[in-house]
Amino acid sequence: MTIEHLNIDHVSMVFETPAGPFTALENVNLKIDEGEYVSLIGHSGCGKSTVLNVVAGLLKATTGGVVLDGTEVDEPGPERAVVFQHHSLMPWLTAYENVELAVRQVFKGKKSKAEMREWIEYNLKLVHMEHAMDKLPGETSGGMKQRVGIARALSMQPKVLLMDEPFGALDALTRAHMQESLMEIQNELGNTVIMITHDVDEAVLLSDRIVMMTNGPAATIGEILDIKLERPRNRVELADSPEYNHYRAAVLKFLYERHQNPESDRGEDKPAQEESCSEDMSLRVVSNSAAA
Amino acid sequence: MTTETMKIFQWQDYQEAVRSFVLPLVAFVLFLGLWSFSAARLETSLGQVPGPVAVWGQATNLIAEHREERQKEVAFFERQEVRNQEKLAEDPDAKVRIRPYTGKPTFLDQIVTSLLTVFSGFLLATVIAVPLGVLTGLSANVYRAINPIVQIFKPVSPLAWLPLVTIVVSAVYVTDDPLFSKSYLTSAITVTLCCLWPTLINTAVGVSSMDRDLVNVGKVLRLGWFTTVWKIALPSAIPMIFTGLRLSLSIGWMVLIAAEMLAQNPGLGKFVWDEFQNGSSNSLGRIMVAVFTIGFIGFLLDRGMLMLQRRVSWDKDAILR
Ligand SMILES: Nc1ncnc2c1ncn2[C@@H]1O[C@H](COP(=O)(O)OP(=O)(O)OP(=O)(O)O)[C@@H](O)[C@H]1O
Ligand SMILES: [Mg+2]
Repeated sequence: MTIEHLNIDHVSMVFETPAGPFTALENVNLKIDEGEYVSLIGHSGCGKSTVLNVVAGLLKATTGGVVLDGTEVDEPGPERAVVFQHHSLMPWLTAYENVELAVRQVFKGKKSKAEMREWIEYNLKLVHMEHAMDKLPGETSGGMKQRVGIARALSMQPKVLLMDEPFGALDALTRAHMQESLMEIQNELGNTVIMITHDVDEAVLLSDRIVMMTNGPAATIGEILDIKLERPRNRVELADSPEYNHYRAAVLKFLYERHQNPESDRGEDKPAQEESCSEDMSLRVVSNSAAA
Repeated sequence: MTTETMKIFQWQDYQEAVRSFVLPLVAFVLFLGLWSFSAARLETSLGQVPGPVAVWGQATNLIAEHREERQKEVAFFERQEVRNQEKLAEDPDAKVRIRPYTGKPTFLDQIVTSLLTVFSGFLLATVIAVPLGVLTGLSANVYRAINPIVQIFKPVSPLAWLPLVTIVVSAVYVTDDPLFSKSYLTSAITVTLCCLWPTLINTAVGVSSMDRDLVNVGKVLRLGWFTTVWKIALPSAIPMIFTGLRLSLSIGWMVLIAAEMLAQNPGLGKFVWDEFQNGSSNSLGRIMVAVFTIGFIGFLLDRGMLMLQRRVSWDKDAILR
């Protein structure tokens, strides 16, 4: 048996909350090949981010674990770069400097100054940001910020690229542009990608496999859909393709028929969960105002 | 169409000018009027309360006195120089002494003293409070440890510190050749004790409320502790740090004047106190000049911090006023 590239092995996640333990994930099992593009889709709050954070090493699974190329993941690292939902650029650094922070850290002692400069510019060019390298995040649009976030992640030369709703905050047109760029880049670099999305079209267009998650609590993988559409894919041509529409329908069916809106099917659990959240918030506010 | 928009533009410009220039001017004139009106009706043991014109006269007086004093000083040193030269001409081995000038410090001298003192105290406080605040913001345990102490010392009036500081400085700072005067140290340390808290608290809040996603970016990059502090925590907290620094400096300035009055330490506070004790017919006017000066300097200090913040802070959108 060959060693898998990335193995999410029987991962369960239990959070300790003021209202008692809360099982977010139960027995999530997924093997991913090198260069594969996998989307995670599911209703809000089912635990997609939790899966991603466990792979990133930002959260530690309660049981089970993640193995990347034969090594168990036990802390975050640049070989599993993350693109966060809200770009997460340092607002005081320009686009160039944001990428530079990552490149300096990852290629310390491996690349010369000139090589680093070249590498930073190369990555910014990949996401078509070469014209705005010296702008601060506050001076650029949401789409541009997200591009820089992706460039920063790519510049780490990650084995796995983890993206948590990378285009969630963007308008439809910008989102489409970003998807095109991402397909181009993926075509060129062949990274392994795990992407969380809420958008069925985005999932079908970009992925090799779509992993559909059941609703929480104790969410797990409900169904996996192989997308055997030829690459490069063109959204306009695909719009009329029966194959594409078949995949689309399959995902929609899963989300809206078999696993309805969590608000209606989860019932009692959800409000309790929300309550504990707001309690956390108020605690924070109190401690801040006490300090002030 | 174009002339139309231009007209509108000019009209708005005009309104803006009214708002930002004419309104403050009207308020100022009203203030002066109210002042002269009530001053003319207020009789005190030191005579009539001076109106704006009298106070202005005292201000020019004070500057003239300063010039006079400086000339006296120059003359004093010239006389001394001549005397010493004569002595040396008579007897080349004679010991000549250069005696310092011991004239009374003028109003402007007192301003300089106060400014130096407040900056010293403020800088010392900043050097302590910012690093401590960063640590407090980063670690919940440091926060737990420090919080009670801060909460207890924060509301202490500076004037309660003053006797303690005076006595401790007298006891500890014993040298034959003092670099700083004791009064300077006492005032500066009192200022420090009051400047610590706003900076410390605001830095801690700024650091602890930094974006968690940014911290996660740091973790993914495996940034070391020091790099995380230097590249993420400190820049995140810069706007809050400046809020704290501005608060500290304005509190420090107020505290210093009170401390100088109470402890008879050189500075603007002592000037006010001396005039009060002096009780001449000019005293009220001179005290008023001092009051305005204190206010104006306080304002300039705050503006200075604001300019520094504009230069240093990345957050240009922060409401700066
Ligand atoms: N640190 C935590 N402590 C307690 N509960 C948590 C914690 N993090 C997540 N949860 C809970 O785990 C569940 C899954 O959260 P997660 O953020 O993974 O959902 P998600 O699928 O990413 O949702 P969304 O699509 O809205 O981003 C939620 O019910 C959430 O309240
Ligand atoms: Mg999420």
